[in-house]
Amino acid sequence: MVAALILGTLVAVALRAEAGSGFGPSDWAALRFTLMQALLSAGLSVGLAIGVARALARRRFRGRSLLIALLGAPFILPVIVAILGLLAVFGRAGWISQILVFFGLEPLQIYGLHGVVLAHVFFNLPLATRLILQGWQEIPAERFRLAAQLNAGPAAIWQLLEAPMLRRVVPGALAVVFAICLSSFAVALTLGGGPRATTIELAIYQAFRFDFDLGRAALLSAVQLGLTGVAGFAALRVADNEGVGVGLDRALRRWDGETMLARCLDAGWILFATLFLILPLSAMAVAGISGMFLLQASVWVAALTSVLVAAVSTLLLLILALPMAAAVATGRSTLIEVAGILGLAASPLVIGTGLFIVIYPFADPFALALPVTALVNAVMALPFALRILVPRAREVMARYGRLALSLNMAGGPFWWWVFLPRMRAQIGFAAGLAAALSMGDLGVITLFADPEVATLPLQVYRLMGAYRMEAAAGAALLLLILAMGAFWILDRGGRWHAEA
Amino acid sequence: MLRLESCEIENGGFSLSADLQVEAGAKLAIIGPSGAGKSTLIEAIAGFLPLRAGRLYWQGDDLTERAPGQRPVAMLFQDGNLFPHLTVAQNAGLGLRANLRLSRPEQDQVQQALSRVGLGDLAARKPAELSGGQQSRVALARVLLQRRDILLLDEPFAALGPALKNEMLDLVAEIVSETGATVLMVSHDPRDARRIADQVILVAEGRAQPPLVTAELLDNPPPVLKAYLG
Amino acid sequence: MKYSVFAAAVLSASAAYAEKPELTVYTYDSFVSDWGPGPAVEAAFEAQCGCDLKLVGAGDGAALLARIKLEGARSDADVVLGLDTNLTAAAAATGLFAEHGVTAEYSLPLAWEDATFAPYDWGYFAFVHNADATVPGDFKALGASDMKIVIQDPRSSTPGLGLLMWVKAAYGAEAPAIWADLADNVVTVTKGWSEAYGLFLEGEADMVLSYTTSPAYHLIAEEDGSKAAASFAEGHYMQVEVAGILAGSDQPELAQEFMGFMVSEAFQSIIPTTNWMYPAVTPAAGLPEGFETLITPAKSLLLSADEAAEMRDGALAEWLDALSQ
Repeated sequence: MVAALILGTLVAVALRAEAGSGFGPSDWAALRFTLMQALLSAGLSVGLAIGVARALARRRFRGRSLLIALLGAPFILPVIVAILGLLAVFGRAGWISQILVFFGLEPLQIYGLHGVVLAHVFFNLPLATRLILQGWQEIPAERFRLAAQLNAGPAAIWQLLEAPMLRRVVPGALAVVFAICLSSFAVALTLGGGPRATTIELAIYQAFRFDFDLGRAALLSAVQLGLTGVAGFAALRVADNEGVGVGLDRALRRWDGETMLARCLDAGWILFATLFLILPLSAMAVAGISGMFLLQASVWVAALTSVLVAAVSTLLLLILALPMAAAVATGRSTLIEVAGILGLAASPLVIGTGLFIVIYPFADPFALALPVTALVNAVMALPFALRILVPRAREVMARYGRLALSLNMAGGPFWWWVFLPRMRAQIGFAAGLAAALSMGDLGVITLFADPEVATLPLQVYRLMGAYRMEAAAGAALLLLILAMGAFWILDRGGRWHAEA
Repeated sequence: MLRLESCEIENGGFSLSADLQVEAGAKLAIIGPSGAGKSTLIEAIAGFLPLRAGRLYWQGDDLTERAPGQRPVAMLFQDGNLFPHLTVAQNAGLGLRANLRLSRPEQDQVQQALSRVGLGDLAARKPAELSGGQQSRVALARVLLQRRDILLLDEPFAALGPALKNEMLDLVAEIVSETGATVLMVSHDPRDARRIADQVILVAEGRAQPPLVTAELLDNPPPVLKAYLG
Repeated sequence: MKYSVFAAAVLSASAAYAEKPELTVYTYDSFVSDWGPGPAVEAAFEAQCGCDLKLVGAGDGAALLARIKLEGARSDADVVLGLDTNLTAAAAATGLFAEHGVTAEYSLPLAWEDATFAPYDWGYFAFVHNADATVPGDFKALGASDMKIVIQDPRSSTPGLGLLMWVKAAYGAEAPAIWADLADNVVTVTKGWSEAYGLFLEGEADMVLSYTTSPAYHLIAEEDGSKAAASFAEGHYMQVEVAGILAGSDQPELAQEFMGFMVSEAFQSIIPTTNWMYPAVTPAAGLPEGFETLITPAKSLLLSADEAAEMRDGALAEWLDALSQ
């Protein structure tokens, strides 16, 4: 179904094409740049995320759950808002540059490959951290008791518990971040400082709107999907699918990492992550607060629309993702998992155009604007959801499959009494992420934009397009608050009894 | 009667043959050297491992192709017999209805079963709040409710102390004397076998031998068993 | 579910108008937004036509053209409003458009002779800066200075493409050298106008590519006189925004009526303070107060639709080449 949506739309675009031009030298340059920035961004995001997640897993402190909720914020932001927030901190006239200039130093030079990577790390470090933290939380409390009992030091815990867990979790996280960065366009261009930073997605955009060369758009999109497919397969091949074992849902307590050095290191990681996240976010908040009072009724209506779209698309996502996760967990097909990751690299422009070509002869695209948006958002969130759900689903199957079989619980009772309750935390996390993503995503709506119904991100862009930068910042802040609220409620709902 | 007719069981490169019969209502211990295939045998009976050849009958019914839950079999595993997120009563209630939609009388039945195993007042607890012995009792209450003809035990009490283990074995004996179930119990301790089993199946050298009377076998062990018993 | 309630509300809203003829106008997104001319234009036209005017936003000008190409002759659109002269050659080549038949006393700085597309507003591209800054007087001075600028990517943005044409129209074969000099002034290139303008307002650059009319927004809507447009001696490239009737329209008379309305007082007087462009026909009351403060370029540059179409790919290659170093 998902594959049909992604590949079908691609084929639809390709079929509409007349004579497409092939892969030119500038496309190779775009491909090189795309790959390089995506590899760097994925490596750095996930590498740093391991440190941050480890520190978060070891420490309990006031505001920890708030910080974890904040981790949901960056990747749901409309790109343009996030760019402005980042530049308010790291830009030529940003806070850091101002401090540097005050001390007679040169301002920060942010534009270039490093700027692209910085922005992508800002977007994806939190996601990677959450995915990896999830891995830590899936290590049963019993294992840490055992480790404590064995007087295992940090190195031993690393070797016994953490490294095997990371071998399971990290490849998937890498593939997800890689795929996200692969289809980056506005971020890469703006922070890359110009056409040097041309990505495949930009080339797709160019083919579509500058040259109206649908064949080229489809070809480039296929390249993008192909790369993601390769990354997905590689990640699944490398990932070790052994479960971490089982426990009795005891409250997690850790006895390790009590040395001064470990405390300082963890504090450093947490401080780093907090600052890196909070500074740009607070720049957005500062910019947005006064604008919040300028918002007109239409923006609030758009906010309501966005909440409804998010609710529907979250529901759709769960309907899609849970059976897929269960199927993957029972080992029916890794193809399903790869299909899921493809959603990340599918160019929204191509999906939107393809759907448009498919739907146009039969129905009024405007009447379908919101359902289509909800569906596409659900498919876009699917890869994240699968990353979150699959490892846990595997474990549930491994742990309770036989017992359930022997009790003749196949089907409904197993889902209701075992699978869903055991997956609760993961479902909450996935649903929260999907809701937040759906709220922030502009995706295909522009092609299907219903003249009477606008979503909040669209209103943000419209406000900006009408010079109203302050009101736009206010609307963006509203979007941020709504998306984080949805994330927090759903994620919390999933965890309320699980974590002490 | 449980009949394994020229059965070949494969478990990841290792294979075990079995051609034997077990009387209905008998209590058997399955003993043999570690790694000889004791668990393999009862997992095949439970339906978790497919037969490569041969057939499996219970009272003349062919079970070979049936799914585990469709067999007249209740099984207790080495660990993980309870769902940690369900209460004691829910865990036991699964023995009656997998969807846990229990009628009033059925709820009473669950309560009775819990009382029978001495957990009458712990129905609302979660497994993590129970001792190891109590957890085993919950599983046994469920077996009681399942009312299956065959009970398979894959060393579920191995983690308990000797006194507690004996208590559990006695409880198993009481329960099956009430239900009339046929018991097959994996054990590596001949004293367990003597305590509860009338007959023994020796699993060694890739073969499960037909049942022999416990005392005779243990008093007069063949060389392979002798080596194992030490 | 909630959704169908929504859909039902939308459907019944359109059903209520079903007995009236409906005119569908495709335009760019910022035209239909609550802050653009759309709402006022819709109210004014519906008051005179006894019809339902449906304005549909479809991205920007280039996306609008792509949309029309995708839909082809089956399109529901009767009128397309929001192409500019960089796009009209390609739009006319689709054969989907009919003659507009509009005549008006245009206040454009040049004669309008296109029979397929009629203009409704226009403006000059310009670099906008803070009024207190000292700014260069032409591209050569800009290239030699250390002023930092933000521009838009011609591949994804209308002003970006406008700048390409500006340099080409002013310098012709010399354009690559101009771009080479400008390369170190370009802080970055953005996907669209909003990103670039936002970056400029945040202080990331000294100047941003926008319109000579941009300071009018700050002056009139925000009473803020701190923004100004730099006057360049080479002259300023124009953007003329146009509309055309689709040949496949099922409401040709209504479409015709709309085109007439478009160059009338009612429409034209809405444009200056909503689209922040010059009206194609100056209203009787003149331009709003504040517009007189704007710079008037010494020379207006505009390549014809055919020239623009012909030069586009070469100019893009030069631009890519210069800025990718």
